[in-house]
Amino acid sequence: MPKTLFEKVWDAHVVQAADDASPATLYIDLHLIHEVTSPQAFTMLRERGLSVRRPGQTVATMDHSTPTTPRGADGIIPVTDPIAQKQLSQLVTNCRDFGIPVFELGTINQGIVHVIGPEQGFTQPGMTIVCGDSHTSTHGAFGALAFGIGTSEVGHVLATQCLLQQKPKTMEIRVEGTLAPGVTAKDIILAIIAKIGVGGGTGYVLEYTGSAIRNLTMEERMTICNMSIEAGARAGLIAPDETTFAWLEGRPHAPKGADWERAVADWRTLPSDPGAAYDAVVELDADELAPMITYGTNPGMGMPITGVIPSPEQAEDESQRLTLDKALAYMGLQPNRPLLGHPVDVVFLGSCTNSRITDLRAAARLIEGRQVASTVRMLVVPGSQRVKAQAEAEGLDKIFTAAGAEWREAGCSMCLGMNDDKLKPGQYAVSSSNRNFEGRQGPGGRTFLASPLTVVASAVNGVVSDVREML
Amino acid sequence: MEPITTFTALAVALPIENIDTDQIIPARYLKVTDKNGLGEGLFAEWRNDPEFVLNQPQAREAGILVAGNNFGCGSSREHAPWALLGFGFRAVVSTYFADIFKNNSLKNGLLPIVVDPDTLAHLIATVARDPESEITVDLANQQLRLNDEAPVAFPIDAFSKHCLLHGVDQLGYIQAQEAAIAAYEARHPARLNSLA
Repeated sequence: MPKTLFEKVWDAHVVQAADDASPATLYIDLHLIHEVTSPQAFTMLRERGLSVRRPGQTVATMDHSTPTTPRGADGIIPVTDPIAQKQLSQLVTNCRDFGIPVFELGTINQGIVHVIGPEQGFTQPGMTIVCGDSHTSTHGAFGALAFGIGTSEVGHVLATQCLLQQKPKTMEIRVEGTLAPGVTAKDIILAIIAKIGVGGGTGYVLEYTGSAIRNLTMEERMTICNMSIEAGARAGLIAPDETTFAWLEGRPHAPKGADWERAVADWRTLPSDPGAAYDAVVELDADELAPMITYGTNPGMGMPITGVIPSPEQAEDESQRLTLDKALAYMGLQPNRPLLGHPVDVVFLGSCTNSRITDLRAAARLIEGRQVASTVRMLVVPGSQRVKAQAEAEGLDKIFTAAGAEWREAGCSMCLGMNDDKLKPGQYAVSSSNRNFEGRQGPGGRTFLASPLTVVASAVNGVVSDVREML
Repeated sequence: MEPITTFTALAVALPIENIDTDQIIPARYLKVTDKNGLGEGLFAEWRNDPEFVLNQPQAREAGILVAGNNFGCGSSREHAPWALLGFGFRAVVSTYFADIFKNNSLKNGLLPIVVDPDTLAHLIATVARDPESEITVDLANQQLRLNDEAPVAFPIDAFSKHCLLHGVDQLGYIQAQEAAIAAYEARHPARLNSLA
């Protein structure tokens, strides 16, 4: 019987099959950990006298609570928040005690967990990958089954390298056609979430297919899979192909020599078989897409950049009306008005969604020779120290700073408001990140999610802007 | 984990859809290295509003939260159920729960109870009108009862129900599969070595 990519990866990792009384036990190939969701799991290991079963299949980095402020004269990134410092020190202690490699703040391998995994070749097709972070779906861009877990499950994987899992359903999201200039992978995924809603993917693993997906770079595919969770799906998948193999070859932890040849031969068997059945199918026409932007307080509240904000009067029921009312009140926006031209205080280029070298190159090309509006603060935060070093080697940092933007150290930064990079209450931001929840970028802050190109266009004009007018 | 059987508690209603885990517990509370005291950060931003339902006197006694569709979406932070439990909640009732939140809740003895939209609307309306409303949860029989009304059935997977009813530790359950895990590892050499 023909199988989907998901079914092939799932079947290859079943340690004990599900039955009527219990879920399947799934083997995990790669466990990524960071400072925020792991401390209580290590405490549990100590309390029970357990060790980490496979330290060599575990990697730790620091990203969420780390500052992105420039280094001091000593070359050190200063951590001024004592509580964050304690959490970072705890991660180092935990990793040393349990024999796990840890990429400490400011060292060359450090960065956002979903940037460093692929970058160093830890992430490979056909793997199962977990992390105590919902954006673990990012790694699905390589044809790996990758999903976020809670801290209890982090403990389970540390101790046993296994997880109990109910088998999800599959949804094919077929995107055919060609993107117009100024329209990006970010716009594809924002359009998908606007179409199926923030709960539309719950219980499913999404597989993105179609010519528009095949034509994307690996970085663009990561942007798409990254936001699968924003539709409620724990995982998103894209079948590995020549683009995938070319991107991975030669990376530090990718297989080498004869092992590489064997691995690629194996990976070529992963794509969904012709005729494989999905539990649901959604179609999207890439030719029709415009740059997307969100107006509300969840990622499903998105629209084409030229659209008008919907009215609560048109809500399907009372609960939806209350929800949209509350969102627009928080955002300080009126229904039936456009967002184009709305003043912006801050723009943020960064996060596990859009902080890779290709994102920075595209943004730098657009901003070169232009200036960030005097009323706008622009933060550019590379996703990893390696991305930062590459960008500096190409002179991108100089382009950003010449335009008036801040060039920062690597980390999650203003995506989630748990480090020093935050919006002030009432401020509006156009952000290349993944969540526009109330207060996500700082208490009282208001977020418009968009692509890196829309971020740059809005930075230059000082208002929400359509990048197509700048091309 | 303490076994859950039957309990009765006051309820509070929060009729907002898609309540995300950033609202349940904002990121600035995630710098802790233990699970204690997170109840203070529960819905921290919304609690700045004196009118917010959790600031009302009856909320301190409440054990059940009745919330809009797709509760717990967003971040995987297990701090969300820890905060709800820390505040005193033992169950959340909604029409739908986000996957990771549901998994995290079940591992901590916070019961996510799914009901149909009509039942949810009725619960919200009744609880909002009468703050003295009580909800009884009977896990063994998978029933929820509002005051003296007829009980409503709710679904839960057999494994989670078993674990909650008997206080079974899921890690212990996986560890008991050691032979199967070792056999899997013998058949499948590790795909990478991060220590190399």
